[in-house]
Amino acid sequence: MLGKTANGLFWMYRSLERAENTARLIETGQRIALTRLESGEGEWQSVLRSAGSLDQFEENRDEMTKEAAIDWLLRDRANPSSVMSSIDNARQNARLVRTALTHEVWEATNAAYMAALDLLARKVAERDLPGVLRAIRQRTSLVRGMTHGTMLRNNIYNFARLGTFIERADNTARILDVKYYVLLPSASSVGTSLDNVQWETILRSVSARGGFRMEYGASGGPREIAQFLILDRRMPRSLAFCMNKLCDNLRYLNSGQPKLGEAQTKAQQIERTYLSHDIDAVFDYGLHEYIQNFLGLLVELSGQIETDFRFYE
Amino acid sequence: MVAAPGFDEMWGSDERLREPYQTFNDWLDGEDPKRLRAKQREAEEVFRLTGITFNVYGRAEAEERLIPFDIIPRIISDREWSRVTKGIEQRVRAINAFLHDIYHRQEIIKAGRIPREMISDNAAFEPRMIGVSPPGGVYTHIVGTDLVRTGPDEFFVLEDNARTPSGVSYMLENRETMLQMFPELFSKNRVKGVQSYPTDLRRSLAACAPAATTDTPVVAVLTPGIYNSAYYEHAFLADQMGVELVEGHDLRVVDGRVAMRTTCGYKPIDVLYRRVDDDFLDPLNFNPESQLGVPGILDVYRAGGITIANAPGTGIADDKAIYSYMPEIVEFYTGERPLLQNVPTWRCSEPDQLAYVLDNLHELVVKEVHGSGGYGMLIGPAASKKELAAFRRKLTARPGNYIAQPTLSLSTVPIFAQRGLAPRHVDLRPFVLVSPDQIKVTAGGLTRVALKKGSLVVNSSQGGGTKDTWVLED
Repeated sequence: MLGKTANGLFWMYRSLERAENTARLIETGQRIALTRLESGEGEWQSVLRSAGSLDQFEENRDEMTKEAAIDWLLRDRANPSSVMSSIDNARQNARLVRTALTHEVWEATNAAYMAALDLLARKVAERDLPGVLRAIRQRTSLVRGMTHGTMLRNNIYNFARLGTFIERADNTARILDVKYYVLLPSASSVGTSLDNVQWETILRSVSARGGFRMEYGASGGPREIAQFLILDRRMPRSLAFCMNKLCDNLRYLNSGQPKLGEAQTKAQQIERTYLSHDIDAVFDYGLHEYIQNFLGLLVELSGQIETDFRFYE
Repeated sequence: MVAAPGFDEMWGSDERLREPYQTFNDWLDGEDPKRLRAKQREAEEVFRLTGITFNVYGRAEAEERLIPFDIIPRIISDREWSRVTKGIEQRVRAINAFLHDIYHRQEIIKAGRIPREMISDNAAFEPRMIGVSPPGGVYTHIVGTDLVRTGPDEFFVLEDNARTPSGVSYMLENRETMLQMFPELFSKNRVKGVQSYPTDLRRSLAACAPAATTDTPVVAVLTPGIYNSAYYEHAFLADQMGVELVEGHDLRVVDGRVAMRTTCGYKPIDVLYRRVDDDFLDPLNFNPESQLGVPGILDVYRAGGITIANAPGTGIADDKAIYSYMPEIVEFYTGERPLLQNVPTWRCSEPDQLAYVLDNLHELVVKEVHGSGGYGMLIGPAASKKELAAFRRKLTARPGNYIAQPTLSLSTVPIFAQRGLAPRHVDLRPFVLVSPDQIKVTAGGLTRVALKKGSLVVNSSQGGGTKDTWVLED
């Protein structure tokens, strides 16, 4: 496969994953705002921080309002992580790697783009927001479904998966990074309504509410949430799950090669050092530092993948 | 020239249904126009989804546009088509012989059939190709011969596109769409297939691999990138052939071979189907500003390390000034009379012909020698006084830059218009694959249709559309 193609696949799937994550963040923010258990603006600020675009928002927009935050996350082309920018970017990359995709995947991607163009042509009114977000989630899910259902499990698929899981791990880690203080055992006065809202926010942001309830019932607290999102290998958005997948896909890519790739070595190292302890060890180490380190290592891993597989000249 | 009563391919010149359309017309009579209208919309939706778009130069606001598709097929009988096919084969054979000759011994000039300066002073003549023999002796691996029709058996060659003809993806997608939308029509009519084109193309390209190739030849398609107007087609063909789609920056010369950067290192290419113009192919040998090509590829080519399809320098064969000599060229190399007619052409470089053109400008079509895509041409009968005057000045200033042709009364085929069927002018581009041992012409080709009433300009960049083209089995 061409290095350029690997690069395009990696970014196509990163962008799709990002579009979904951003859409989910908007949904969560809106939900919290509606339940009005906390001052709205503060929550939107933290949503923007989770999306990694608070600084850019402040450069581009005058005031922090719910409408401005939603519009920024949903439609603004100046925001490279907005749903619109991400879907556009996914489709541009899909065009670039058209020959590596099945017809079904390409069509689903193109359809997602056209639907987004249509849905996001104008500012989305509050009453339309749930429907728009649902439509977008369905469209990106369709791409994922077509990917699973029609793509050969070859290197093309492996690069698609690398993009997906790097982005997903990054997203989960950033949400944890913004909200880590809520999960600290010392800071929590367990059971207050504020805590409940905060935990719910975190779980919603990674679509983990149902899974968590299934696992812990009503008894789970911050420690369990941290355990679930960081170390639980059954939870498809946890750091451990994503790293495990990254290691697998890198191993497939390197099979048959004379020596282990550096990215693979790095990924295995991250998994060993950060994801094979129990949650108490993480708290002992310091949750904040732990997540900060993890985020830094993800960036390094992404760079190493680019180098190993000759994405650029 | 007085325009004869128009020839309609469905209704002839006398409103009598022509034979190839009989089955189709029976079907059409039983169709509800409402259903057809819905089908027309459905077709557009299919195209939009598939992403069959083209980019229009000079139109920032419409980066990607669909070429309108008309659901009424154009139908040609086997008998009509086999004559055309023979003519195209003859012409393409002559073109390859001509290219070999002018880059080697130049017998045709020595024989006095073409003036020396037509070659030596021609911008499309490529001196770096002198003495170079491409692998398998093939210069034009892919040709798109533009045909127009004026009567039941009167086909004219309008242009021999011998550089990088485009449009074949539309031919294939048009058929695919029609098969999906009107399966019953294909049960009633026995339509010759076109879907093997990508396989044929790959086979044909592989058959032209350099002599030193031992394994299965590695084929790749070279595109200028996703902003090129025909990017969709480049990706489509690479996909359908199952080969890599590369850009200049994916390639470099490694150990005397042109190689592509893969995730596992550089891998040599045997045959490069390039959709990049000569000028941009090699910044070391051609335009030094080019970002699209591969530095040194021409040196590898000249040393026999890679096949470039089409060969550099083939533009001399489809040059509009050379066009007027095509009848001589066909006769000279095949020893036969041309089976397909040339459109009579006045070369404005010659003073007496220029004088005629200036006197009869309002009746003629004037084209730039190096223009394409319908840009920079004048259609006399449709031009205003002001446009005629402006063109007269251009002609006088640079006569050698132009040729002129009579306005042919192009055949029409019905389109599905707002108020039912309406005749519109069409042309036809069959695609021709050339390998050392055979010349293969697609059954039919791409029909382009001028959607505006009375218009003769079918180019997609000027608002033309396309149709599925059927050649019926006997």
